[in-house]
Amino acid sequence: MSQLDTIDRAIVKATQAGLPVCERPYHKVADEVGTTAEDVMARMERMLESGVIRRIGAVPNHYALGFLGNGMTVWDVDDAQVMDLGQRVGELDFVSHAYLRPRHLPSWPFNLFAMAHGRDRDEVREKAEHIRTLLGDACRQGDVLFSTRILKKTGLRLTT
Amino acid sequence: MTQAAASPRTPRTVTLDDTDKAIVNALQNGFPICERPYAEAAKALGLDEADLMSRVENLLKIGALSRFGPMYHAERMGGGLTLAAMEIPAAEFNDVVEKVNAFPEVAHNYARDHALNMWFVLATETPEGIAETISEIEKSTGYKVFDMPKAQEFFVGLRFEL
Repeated sequence: MSQLDTIDRAIVKATQAGLPVCERPYHKVADEVGTTAEDVMARMERMLESGVIRRIGAVPNHYALGFLGNGMTVWDVDDAQVMDLGQRVGELDFVSHAYLRPRHLPSWPFNLFAMAHGRDRDEVREKAEHIRTLLGDACRQGDVLFSTRILKKTGLRLTT
Repeated sequence: MTQAAASPRTPRTVTLDDTDKAIVNALQNGFPICERPYAEAAKALGLDEADLMSRVENLLKIGALSRFGPMYHAERMGGGLTLAAMEIPAAEFNDVVEKVNAFPEVAHNYARDHALNMWFVLATETPEGIAETISEIEKSTGYKVFDMPKAQEFFVGLRFEL
């Protein structure tokens, strides 16, 4: 949980849209926040260690890079095996995220979600088959949901 | 279904040279925290600082990167985060999109080809904010929101090789 103080939160706000592209980006953040660059760097190191920052780096735009097939594959996996199998699915190189989520029966029987990326939808479907094979008998059913439209895309925004 | 909802937005793809690809691949794995981080990251790539900076700037400008910087973890900052889905009749889809998107807590929203045809991420300042926002959205739209918070993340490193 949060042990962020006012300065930490100011750093989050100053960097949530991105890190400045300049020779000394942490100095620039420090100027904005009103502290020293050393303080900003120490605080960001701490946030990385505690997991408040997942990582610092580049977020590729799959669509722009030609990965036009981005499918949310969803699976109804035996509860006793889903922790092990979810880990193995998450390790596949074409899977960017994998999560265990609650079912909503009867309309939503799926508990394992894995985002799969490929050059086109057929490639994603092939990859979904690969996941299905890996899951084996533990998997009762599966589906691939393709996005047909991006309706809104804003990052995480701290407002207070 | 309206035409816009039936056909995906025509994506504009970009072409990267080998140096750009190496940058995108390498910088997904992390970026240093130090006095001159671009200089340090450039060294590992065999580039100079100015070249790396101008290429990163360009990758952002052409949309090859959607972001560059720290990625924050909402729950660990004390906030709430969930994935939510709704089943909206095609005829009302666009009206409901407008109502749902009006909530600042809705971070991403995608139309998907399934009976549950609207999928969005909710990020709130407090954990309690999720239930409150879901109930507000249900009131505003008249449709049920399926709350699917993650129970476990199988995280292996968000890496995307070009």
